[in-house]
Amino acid sequence: MTPEEVEQIAQAEREEQKKFTHTLRVCVAAGCQSCQSQAVKDAFDQEIKKRGTEHICRAKGVGCMGLCAEGPLVSTGDGTLYKRVVSTDAAEIVDSLEGPPVNRLLCSTDIPFFQRQKKIVLENSGMVDPERIEDYIAANGYSTLLHVLTEMAPTQAIDEIVKSGLRGRGGAGYPTGLKWSTVAKASARKVKYAICNADEGDPGAFMDRSVLESDPHRVIEGMAIAAYAVGASEGFIYVRAEYPLAIKRLRTAIRQAERLGLLGHNICGTRFSFGVDLRLGAGAFVCGEETALLASVEGKRGTPRPRPPYPAQEGLFGEPTLINNVETYANVPPIIRNGGEWYAKIGTERSKGTKVFALAGRVENTGLVEVPMGITLREVVYEIGGGIPQGRKCKAVQTGGPSGGCIPAEFLDMPVDYESLAKVGSIMGSGGMIVIDDSSCMVDVAKYFMDFCMTESCGKCIPCRVGTYQMHQLLDKITKLEAGEQDIAMLKELCELLKNTSLCGLGQSAPNPVLSTLHYFAEEYTAHVQNGQCPAGVCGKHNADGR
Amino acid sequence: MSSSLVLELVRPVAPDPQDKRWRIVDATMRKLGHQSRALIETLHTVQEAFGYIDEAALRYVATSLHVPLSRTYGVATFYHFFTLKPAGKHTCVVCMGTACYIKGAPQLLSAVEKDYAINPGETTHDGLVSLLTARCLGSCGLAPAVVYDHEVAGKVTAQDLRERVAEWMSNDS
Repeated sequence: MTPEEVEQIAQAEREEQKKFTHTLRVCVAAGCQSCQSQAVKDAFDQEIKKRGTEHICRAKGVGCMGLCAEGPLVSTGDGTLYKRVVSTDAAEIVDSLEGPPVNRLLCSTDIPFFQRQKKIVLENSGMVDPERIEDYIAANGYSTLLHVLTEMAPTQAIDEIVKSGLRGRGGAGYPTGLKWSTVAKASARKVKYAICNADEGDPGAFMDRSVLESDPHRVIEGMAIAAYAVGASEGFIYVRAEYPLAIKRLRTAIRQAERLGLLGHNICGTRFSFGVDLRLGAGAFVCGEETALLASVEGKRGTPRPRPPYPAQEGLFGEPTLINNVETYANVPPIIRNGGEWYAKIGTERSKGTKVFALAGRVENTGLVEVPMGITLREVVYEIGGGIPQGRKCKAVQTGGPSGGCIPAEFLDMPVDYESLAKVGSIMGSGGMIVIDDSSCMVDVAKYFMDFCMTESCGKCIPCRVGTYQMHQLLDKITKLEAGEQDIAMLKELCELLKNTSLCGLGQSAPNPVLSTLHYFAEEYTAHVQNGQCPAGVCGKHNADGR
Repeated sequence: MSSSLVLELVRPVAPDPQDKRWRIVDATMRKLGHQSRALIETLHTVQEAFGYIDEAALRYVATSLHVPLSRTYGVATFYHFFTLKPAGKHTCVVCMGTACYIKGAPQLLSAVEKDYAINPGETTHDGLVSLLTARCLGSCGLAPAVVYDHEVAGKVTAQDLRERVAEWMSNDS
């Protein structure tokens, strides 16, 4: 397949799409699917067939439109968005296409939730059919890959990424361009690998899942460009087995790309060959750590190893390996298409571009949002998120999952970027953002995360294996209102120990939720320990189930 | 055991050659060249085909891929997703992700725990219902979420959950 042939596919698909005066876009990503959106789409198909208007009217399954709380969402293509649509609404909506919209189902798109977002990674989500490569190609898909393969040297592609200032979206924020050039410079014995880390293990994070379900080709295209830039010829997407829909769509996407010669040997007649295969995770949080992920792809227990050597030098099967997160790869095609400088204009001094967040917890508009870096937490929670339900008070915002911290409400006006979040004791993380209101006890939240880390500790190093258990015991004692001052002191000591002596990121960052709550919500700990009271009324003897 | 293991190394035979599901397992191993790196993928296939991974399956996979049985067992027990016991007729998976936890998942869990005296990971005595927990389903927008027999339900209340489980228990008994 040559670039011209791909352009022909795009043309043909666009012509085809023009034939339809009405396209009903129904969200078929996991959020809406669990509200029976597939049945809604089928109902639309039936109603259209019943009216004999298949030639001008169609229903199309698309990816996530963001406002998961109001699903299933249906968009008519002319800016009308319907929420909480059920199968029985289909006839009414189809009938209304030529006239005024169905008012009772309308979802306003003028609200800040839609207006304040800036979509780069999610630009195709909710627009293209994730199960048809033609639709992606019609939206300029794969044209960037072909441009790179035919017009650019690998170093030029790396230069654009360096210029863009893109940093790893998996959590740590390592400069992507720097990582790429390290892998490019490393010499391989046989092959180099490019791996996509889609082991989205943070509880409360579903960005990568939504991207994979809504726009799988975007990730594959980004991977292929990265592989070309660093000289990799084999790729793996390591995806959680808990995401069956994402797996299914990725498999379909890989097959489609192979069929069109956009993956495989001598892609589009160039000398570049690159194949992608899936590897399923099996429910181990630690496998998000890159060396543990490598062990898992090799078919072993997912235990980390000390770095250096970094995977860029010695990764999968001892070969140089590029590991990037789903969102990082998804950023690559638009950066190359529009230039690194374009991307670098978005965001803050040191955090460029946009970030996708999974907004959840005690907030009105739960769902998937993409915002420019540097936006304040208040804007995200109160404007985009629509505030806290039942007029309650925002107590904290948790970012970064079990490796992150709880940011108290007093910092709501802080910009969201890598440095600012680190300064207040949290991390950007992969993008989970959980809003906590005054009905939650912060000690209980800290215990929740410690329980998570304790269970997910791989057991290889002692500080993490034993330390997380000890810390959980102490937190359990506090939430049962049985602890004393000495327990808090012990807890603090263990925090430092884990931070300084654990082998990998899991253990090193496990104390973060405890440290941040100890720091900002010290009075809650004091109330538990000194007064035998839980201010939020969550803890007590009944909390004795050890969870 | 050691002598039988040596014999198995020579010529691994599927635990039940008549069972066609082993062909799917064999196909996965063949696709990945019977290399040891195929272990996790193969275990996934076994679990998908049979619902769980029993000892005979572990032995078969270990010998076919030339991976020590100890390592096979180690991998199968390291990853939470793999289960060595069959699940009940119905499964109820309560998501314990952060968003679900904040929105009341612990109460959902304790409702079933109390009603049927089972802990997460256990099955009722009659083998009808298994109670499981998930780290995060990624349906945080719909928290708290529960998966009833592979079907995700959002914004679940303890009442909903009780009714659903009671329905299973009464229909099948």
